[in-house]
Amino acid sequence: MPRNPHEKFGLTALLKPGGLLSPGALPPAHQTRRRDTMLTIGACLLAALGLWLLEGHASGYVVHLTCVGAIFATLAVSYNLINGVTGQFSLEPNAFVACGAYVTALLTLSPAEKEASFILEPLIWPLSAFSIPLLPALVIAGLLTALMAFLMGFPVFRVRGDYLAIVTLGFGEVIRVVANNAQSVTNGPLGLKGIPHITNLWWSWGLLAVCLFFIVRLVHSSYGRALMAIREDETAAEAMGINAFWHKMLAFTLSAFFEGVAGGLLAHLITTISPSLFTFFLTFNLLIIIVVGGLGSTTGAVLGAFLFTYGGEWLRVVEEPMQLMGLDIPGIPGMRMVIFSLILVGVMIFLRRGILGRHDFSWRWLLASLGLGRGSKA
Amino acid sequence: MLTVRDLTVSYGGITALRGVELEVRRGEIVTLVGANGAGKSTLLGAISGLIKPAAGSITYRGQEVAGTKAHRLSRRGLILVPEGRRIFVNLSVKENLILGGYFRPHDAGFSQDLERVLDTFPRLAERADQPAGTLSGGERQMLALGRGLMGSPKLMMLDEPSLGLAPLMVAEVFGVIRRIHEQGVTVLLVEQNAAAALKVADRAYVLETGKVVLSGTGKELAADGRVQRAYLGMD
Repeated sequence: MPRNPHEKFGLTALLKPGGLLSPGALPPAHQTRRRDTMLTIGACLLAALGLWLLEGHASGYVVHLTCVGAIFATLAVSYNLINGVTGQFSLEPNAFVACGAYVTALLTLSPAEKEASFILEPLIWPLSAFSIPLLPALVIAGLLTALMAFLMGFPVFRVRGDYLAIVTLGFGEVIRVVANNAQSVTNGPLGLKGIPHITNLWWSWGLLAVCLFFIVRLVHSSYGRALMAIREDETAAEAMGINAFWHKMLAFTLSAFFEGVAGGLLAHLITTISPSLFTFFLTFNLLIIIVVGGLGSTTGAVLGAFLFTYGGEWLRVVEEPMQLMGLDIPGIPGMRMVIFSLILVGVMIFLRRGILGRHDFSWRWLLASLGLGRGSKA
Repeated sequence: MLTVRDLTVSYGGITALRGVELEVRRGEIVTLVGANGAGKSTLLGAISGLIKPAAGSITYRGQEVAGTKAHRLSRRGLILVPEGRRIFVNLSVKENLILGGYFRPHDAGFSQDLERVLDTFPRLAERADQPAGTLSGGERQMLALGRGLMGSPKLMMLDEPSLGLAPLMVAEVFGVIRRIHEQGVTVLLVEQNAAAALKVADRAYVLETGKVVLSGTGKELAADGRVQRAYLGMD
């Protein structure tokens, strides 16, 4: 686990050697791989049990939020792969989510529903004539989004840094404008309605699990190490024999695949999509999530996504009329955004590298800090 | 092993190298001496494939490589240890070393090399799991050298390895360069510390404003009046 020497604030200080939560000497990772796999499977089963209980007993509102949280976690983890791990500051995920959402919705909507929706201009054949189940639609959407990212990558990765951000931002806008104007495919500003509500806890959390499986494995492979090397110093990485262009392409395409699939699930959760849903604000929110969670930390991305989703709802409390120190305060709409911004400012001042910095969750860290496992004796 | 013929490199309108000729034979230590802005780093950049030359030829082990990308050349044993170390500060020392041999299969030879590097640099072995950013300047240079060695170099190009180091550390770095050379690696060394560089070098070139103005054995150049005045601080 790489530790940042310049980190002076926050949780990470506790994790430093000699810090409060310092894991001490640990056995090499390869000795504990079997144990870690068992623990991961156990944790997944436990999470599944939790979801089952939630589905049976929690309100529809909480279930909906938990689905949104998982979808945003998937988006954040994928976005973090290119922005945090590979260090390519790109601003286009709204385009990928839009692509995934539209493709999936157009594939699953029934022909009758499509005909009813497309009132200004009819949907082009053959899209108007058939519909397929959600799973193959999601796969197709993911692959198409990945293909789009692949083609985008050629011009995009000719530039670095700020220029990369501007170019990708441009692509993000292009897709939104296309969605607004390609009436015979996207139904323009009217958007698509009546998308079947299929996404539930199992779909959204299943996708999160699949996404985490692939991305965590990639990050911990030698490819992942090369991606981080590109983030640290691209020229040095090239001198090391790393083909920076194709590594960036790999990260970009994989991240687009999962963003596309997550977009598809989002469409089948909220059942109505329109171009206004996929503005730069979506990218902006994802950026906040991964920066607050800790740029480069997959665990941080998941944490950030759930804090963002639940936090935004919990903060609704501050918009209700209340009595504070004898004062009657009427409900102030928009107050939660003020509080939210203040929290963001606070997080960024006291945890400059986000809540988790670049640290990631690992079983050996958890066991060692609980005082269990072979590592803690040393 | 390496032949550079009539090499010209320009950045936009500025010509940084004009018609440079240079040769490195197998088993040599060749050094490149020159003032700031003479084009030394540009020359190494062009040879290693990081900078595209405007004209001229670079032959490495009998093959034309001018314009070949850096990541391909490093796979063929042409390894650059860049100026200012450029280690990956947020990755651990060990991860840095492993990345040095990125394109190699992780086989017995690989682990052997890793062990050998850690033996050569005991300080790195002690700090294997620390982030490279916690190392001192000298240790960082050792890491950069070790990382270069992990790519099993045939020709190693070192750009200012003694830059910004304390005199004792400079001596240690030059000791390491000698040892690398003894292991059968050909070395092309760029240095501002001309005195130390000329001492270890078999042959040397003096670069001034993008041109080779002098060449000869290390001893010859160290005895040359012009070199003494310009680079060795003698009157």
